[in-house]
Amino acid sequence: MPRPLRIVVAKAGLDGHDRGAKVIARALRDAGMEVIYTGLFQTPEQIVQTAIQEDADGIGLSILSGAHMTLFPLIVEQLKAQGADDIVFFGGGTIPPEDAAELKARGVREIFTPGAPLAEIIDFVQRECGKRRELVG
Amino acid sequence: MIDSRANSKPSGLSAPPDHEFVHQKEQWEAAASRGKSRTGPGSGALDRTISDLPLKTIYGPEDVRDLDLARDLSYPGQYPYTRGIHPNMYRDRLWTMRQFAGFGNAQQTNERYHFLLSQGQMGLSVAFDMPTLMGFDSDAQQARGEVGKCGVAVDSLADMEVLFDGIDMGEITTSMTINGPACIALAQYVAAAEKKGIPRKALGGTIQADILKEYIAQKEWIFPPRPHMRIIVDMMKFCRDEMPKWNTISISGYHIREAGSTAVQELAFTLADGFAYVEAGIKAGMDVDSFASRLSFFFNAHIDFFEEICKYRAARRIYARHMRERYGAKDPRSWQLRFHTQTAGCSATAQQPENNIVRVAYEALAAVLGGTQSLHTNSMDEVLALPTEKSVEIALRTQQVLAYETNATNVVDPLGGSYFIESLTDQMEREAEAYFRQIEEFGGVIEAIEAGFFQREIADASYRYQRSLETKDRVIVGVNCFEKPEDDHGIDLLKIGDEIERGQARSVERLRAGRDAGKTQEALRRLKRACTDPADNLMPHLIECVNAYATEGEIVEAMVEVYGRYTESPAF
Repeated sequence: MPRPLRIVVAKAGLDGHDRGAKVIARALRDAGMEVIYTGLFQTPEQIVQTAIQEDADGIGLSILSGAHMTLFPLIVEQLKAQGADDIVFFGGGTIPPEDAAELKARGVREIFTPGAPLAEIIDFVQRECGKRRELVG
Repeated sequence: MIDSRANSKPSGLSAPPDHEFVHQKEQWEAAASRGKSRTGPGSGALDRTISDLPLKTIYGPEDVRDLDLARDLSYPGQYPYTRGIHPNMYRDRLWTMRQFAGFGNAQQTNERYHFLLSQGQMGLSVAFDMPTLMGFDSDAQQARGEVGKCGVAVDSLADMEVLFDGIDMGEITTSMTINGPACIALAQYVAAAEKKGIPRKALGGTIQADILKEYIAQKEWIFPPRPHMRIIVDMMKFCRDEMPKWNTISISGYHIREAGSTAVQELAFTLADGFAYVEAGIKAGMDVDSFASRLSFFFNAHIDFFEEICKYRAARRIYARHMRERYGAKDPRSWQLRFHTQTAGCSATAQQPENNIVRVAYEALAAVLGGTQSLHTNSMDEVLALPTEKSVEIALRTQQVLAYETNATNVVDPLGGSYFIESLTDQMEREAEAYFRQIEEFGGVIEAIEAGFFQREIADASYRYQRSLETKDRVIVGVNCFEKPEDDHGIDLLKIGDEIERGQARSVERLRAGRDAGKTQEALRRLKRACTDPADNLMPHLIECVNAYATEGEIVEAMVEVYGRYTESPAF
């Protein structure tokens, strides 16, 4: 039986809204994945380090403070700098559609906004992180 | 635990059974049992409130058998204040319409305040940005991307002066939503007013300063709980002695609810926090009646209409009973739970955002039927960004329509005496008391925080709720039902550009270069010494620091050297 997918659920910056991150963490765990929750107030550098050390297949970042246009790109850069951009980086929060489109153009794989069904998020993570696992082994 | 039911015979709404009435009930039961509950979206939760309290099809005298009119209801303005804290409620005075506002820099927010006041708003409410709330200056590395986004950046007294430029601080009341660095914001407010010649004793308003709910739900902490309780007590003493019109703590359930709690958890955890502050004040040697009337509360108005109304009624009754019976308060003002309400941000949807206007109107009505003292109505676009001027205006007009057109304000506690309302109020009180017992078993609120109790209860409740949306047992219009394909929110949003962050960082650098550095350092040194001496009240030292233009980040750093920084062990 294959090893379960490993996902880092992260909170960055000064944003203390952790309701969404915790719900997603539980939902992914209940769907059979191994979930590492970083806790609050992590820097982009710390989040990428955690993902590498934990041999994670994906990083899910939650931001509800309005700092998404700063923090998402910093993580994309860090992943590239560490040669870890095979890790599937996705996120969610109160992110207007035009910002979401720009973030996706800049390398974030998917942005989920409030109201996204858990099933849709789980499907995405299983599919995309599963593909990454096949490639990386 | 208050058991007010001991040794009393009920005299309430429950009339002796009348033969005809009994017959009618039997007929109804027979007819109702032939009915077939509807199926489809939302039908999975007909028998439960949004917080999972059980609901029956109908309530009658049998549901209020234990209700004692004198003991449990009384009249408005009388103990235990179930029906309201004032005899005539809104007939004498409407609630205060107070819209929470702040964005970008102090200059921009000051302009918004002038606009709101010109539109009939009655008090100000400051929203600070995340770095300010967490005790970082705008040029700190931790502040990257956050300056001016969720509220206004206030780095020093200089920003506070601009924020209140042209506003009569002796006349208008101000609410400041800040907790970790609340003592610094209060010092800045006092100093800004005094520079205009307004004495601190003339200042009216509220500072949230409710640190316990930060550890429980909102997570904007700086220092660990135990030293922070000393800061709270210092603020309580300072306000008792020098700021007679200031409310020292706004004990907040709002954020607990937003973090995903149930209504009962919001009620119980908030009141437990309130009692912890009361106990801290008493333990510090203060007479309960010397500070209790300055404590106020802040609740959420969520979308389950009747449950919310019962929550407010239960809150007043629980608080009055505990303050009188358990803490021995003698002044009736110490028994009265006064509260501010904000409509539930978490009930708003990014999809079809105009629908939020309707949600807010129902939630505001619940707050008013529940007897709130002041109200913030959310703007339809707040789920997407900070609100535009247009959407804030609609939110304020929603309150004005409610206050002046609907006649909902003419009768006090109009739902009082309803079998359902009284039964649910009573049930919420009992469930809150059960939580108080659990918290006591941990040894108190701080011990329960350290054990992760509240955090776990809230996370469990929020996950249960999310699952009920997945199964469509519960419906959110436009989200899991009645969706529009290609949902484009189609409204204009307020954008906060990066130039705010750069400008704010430059101005804090200029401030540091331009001030009398020796004076600033000396003030910070004295503050640090006071931090190590529990007998020395911190507030005068903080006022000295802000007057010497020490920045918020510098003051926090000085205090962190003594108190340390709180960290939470992450769990989900």
